[in-house]
Amino acid sequence: MSEAGKTDSPEQAEFRAHCRDWLSKNHPGTPPVSLPQSALALTDDDALVWLQKWQKSAYDAGLIGCDYSKDCGGQGLTNCQAIANEEMTRAKTPFLPNIIGLGMGAPTVYFHAQDEVKQKLLPRLLSGEDIWCQGFSEPGAGSDLANQQTFAEKKGDSWVINGHKVWTSLAHYASWMIMLCRTSKEDKYNGLSYFVVPIKSALGKGVTVRPLIKLTGETGFNEVIFEDLVVEDKYRLDEVGAGWAVAMTTLAHERGAGKLVTPASGGLASAEDKSSSIGSANALIRLAKASSRNGKTAADDPVLRDQLMQLMIRQEGFRHNRRRIGVPELNDHPMRLPLQFKLVSSELGQDISHMAYKIQGAASSLYVNDPNAPAGGQWPMAYMSSFGITIAAGANEVQRNILGERVLNMAKSK
Amino acid sequence: MEQSKNFGFGEDEVMLRDTARKLFADNCSADKIHGQLAQNYDPHREIECLWDKDLWKQIGELGWTAVCVPESAGGLGMPLVAAAALVEEAGKAAFPSPLVSTFNASFVLQACGSDAANKQLEKIAGGQASTLAITNQKGSWESSDTDVTVDDGTLNGTAWFVQDAKKAETLVVAAKGEKGLGLYCIAADDANVLIQADGIIDLTRDQAHIEFKGAKAIEVAAPGDGKVALDKAMPAILSIVSADMVGTSEWLLQTTVEYANTRVQFDRQLGFFQAVKHPLVNVMLDLDRAKSLTYHAACTFDEEPDGAELAARMAKSAASDVAAFSASRAIQFHGGIGFTWECYVHIFFKRNMHNHILYGDGNYQRMKLADILIGQAA
Repeated sequence: MSEAGKTDSPEQAEFRAHCRDWLSKNHPGTPPVSLPQSALALTDDDALVWLQKWQKSAYDAGLIGCDYSKDCGGQGLTNCQAIANEEMTRAKTPFLPNIIGLGMGAPTVYFHAQDEVKQKLLPRLLSGEDIWCQGFSEPGAGSDLANQQTFAEKKGDSWVINGHKVWTSLAHYASWMIMLCRTSKEDKYNGLSYFVVPIKSALGKGVTVRPLIKLTGETGFNEVIFEDLVVEDKYRLDEVGAGWAVAMTTLAHERGAGKLVTPASGGLASAEDKSSSIGSANALIRLAKASSRNGKTAADDPVLRDQLMQLMIRQEGFRHNRRRIGVPELNDHPMRLPLQFKLVSSELGQDISHMAYKIQGAASSLYVNDPNAPAGGQWPMAYMSSFGITIAAGANEVQRNILGERVLNMAKSK
Repeated sequence: MEQSKNFGFGEDEVMLRDTARKLFADNCSADKIHGQLAQNYDPHREIECLWDKDLWKQIGELGWTAVCVPESAGGLGMPLVAAAALVEEAGKAAFPSPLVSTFNASFVLQACGSDAANKQLEKIAGGQASTLAITNQKGSWESSDTDVTVDDGTLNGTAWFVQDAKKAETLVVAAKGEKGLGLYCIAADDANVLIQADGIIDLTRDQAHIEFKGAKAIEVAAPGDGKVALDKAMPAILSIVSADMVGTSEWLLQTTVEYANTRVQFDRQLGFFQAVKHPLVNVMLDLDRAKSLTYHAACTFDEEPDGAELAARMAKSAASDVAAFSASRAIQFHGGIGFTWECYVHIFFKRNMHNHILYGDGNYQRMKLADILIGQAA
């Protein structure tokens, strides 16, 4: 449901009209190949090329990165990205493939890189011509992110990087990586520095990307090995030893709590795309009406009805939390709602897809390789995939620590 | 289908809310409320109605009861979110008053739309405390259920679970006549109205069952029109009761967090332990959902009446659930002190436990929601 338009400034209103007009004529239509549920699961080259073409066309029309300055490839507008997002959602356009670049890479580079680097890298990032990935997690640094062991050593004017990043989505397509490295072993937090490093152009020259296989059986994320990769000093963001502070910019944007709104498109390829119905509580109601339980319609089971309504309420509550964030007078603490987004949305998504098991009964055992699987087996796939989101970007247990400590000011659990 | 992005919560609403914050900070500390209401701990104590009448008078003079009364009836004609914000602050203070009951009566009277109802609304705008007498002995929340009958404007029978009955000056009564349900106003001190106070757990309000013995009342909705009016007003009632729970739950959360930051065991503040920290974060998550849904429900009531019931039942479900959850965690995490009468937490615990049942708990709301969103079960 759109609540657009009621409080737009004149600049925003004009921009919204432009978005709506452009989208009405330039929707990319039905994808030629089936798309995964999110950009993070992209493994089909044709799907990537098609999505990159879509991102580029939306970028060229000014819908992506419009709040960035013109010298960095943006439009120099203020508070317009959210409007473009609303209009893209409304137009049910496909998701944007360069999701990590847009959500985390771009704002971090924008706020912390030298002008030369920003001007070189950001236009191709925003257009989607260059795909980006993120090198934070390591085998020994998951929730304890500051425990980075990948080491960058200064040699002359350059840095030499050795180490091992893991759980790296999109590395197999990435041209660039935002990366946290240790530059000193003396101090856990102040011994970290932040870099952008080339991936695609350095393959075989200090960088190896190896696919990891998820529990769903899909590929899409990777481990990345660095062996004496040489990186120019200009690709260091901010000061040596300031890596943790720069990483906070990345993480704030990842949690939807940063200064810049991340460009985001609807995620729905088209009405015909079956996967588009997966993942919402409304879709569960349709599923319940079509499923049976104890010889009756599942939608008549009082326990299922109660559980379905709980999910509908959580879904609606999340939507209006997003709305309330725009009303500072109804927020006693500015970070209280933004820091909840990842936690709340990932658990809701997980519980919704789990609910599909209960509704489908025996048929929920069927996977994507079975022609009789309801909705092509996408529900159990979505449930298994959901753990990627409850674990990634700081496991939800860590998110609860962050909320308890930063918002409620309780004692640090470490 | 486009609502105000800010829920209709503009400058005037902020000013009103901030006035309420100040008034409660100055007059309604937890310490003072406890001193006022919790003198007698005996479970078998005499039933009393304890409240600060002077403060209520002050509130009437500030025009709070007029907030949602239309300007045509002498009110301020503000959106429902304004009342929700006031009641949220009242909930934070566990304020003993007929504010919620009076608001609820005013919503029903507005829904009646009759001249007689408008006259009553004028009195409410002037600060008169009112309440609804619409529930039967079985505690049914269905609008068509009442044990009171009406014949030619004369009421007989008993209304149950009437909120703030001893504080109200006027009662809005649902009664069944030959042609269906009608609504009636009658003075609480009428000679043929017998108010029998209930012994209740919540110290911050009073409740009663009220016997009507051939009491002559003013018709505000004719027999047959009463159910429509009650159903139309119910989303506003649910929104307001939700706002009260949102406020009380916020107090419980903040007070418990404060205790977790102060109390030291095993050489650590309680909040260090994730067994305490994480459930309190969960209370916050549930509370924020309830708050957003409550403001959405209030906004929907004004701006998109067709969706009002859906939005309000969602809000009430979320608010009822977090009311019970925040209350239980507050007592539990206050430990031994939380189990005592001297700790203020029980005052807020009891208010939430009362409200979470009122007009239907979470399960009840979800049963109603399922009928709307899925359709009636076969």
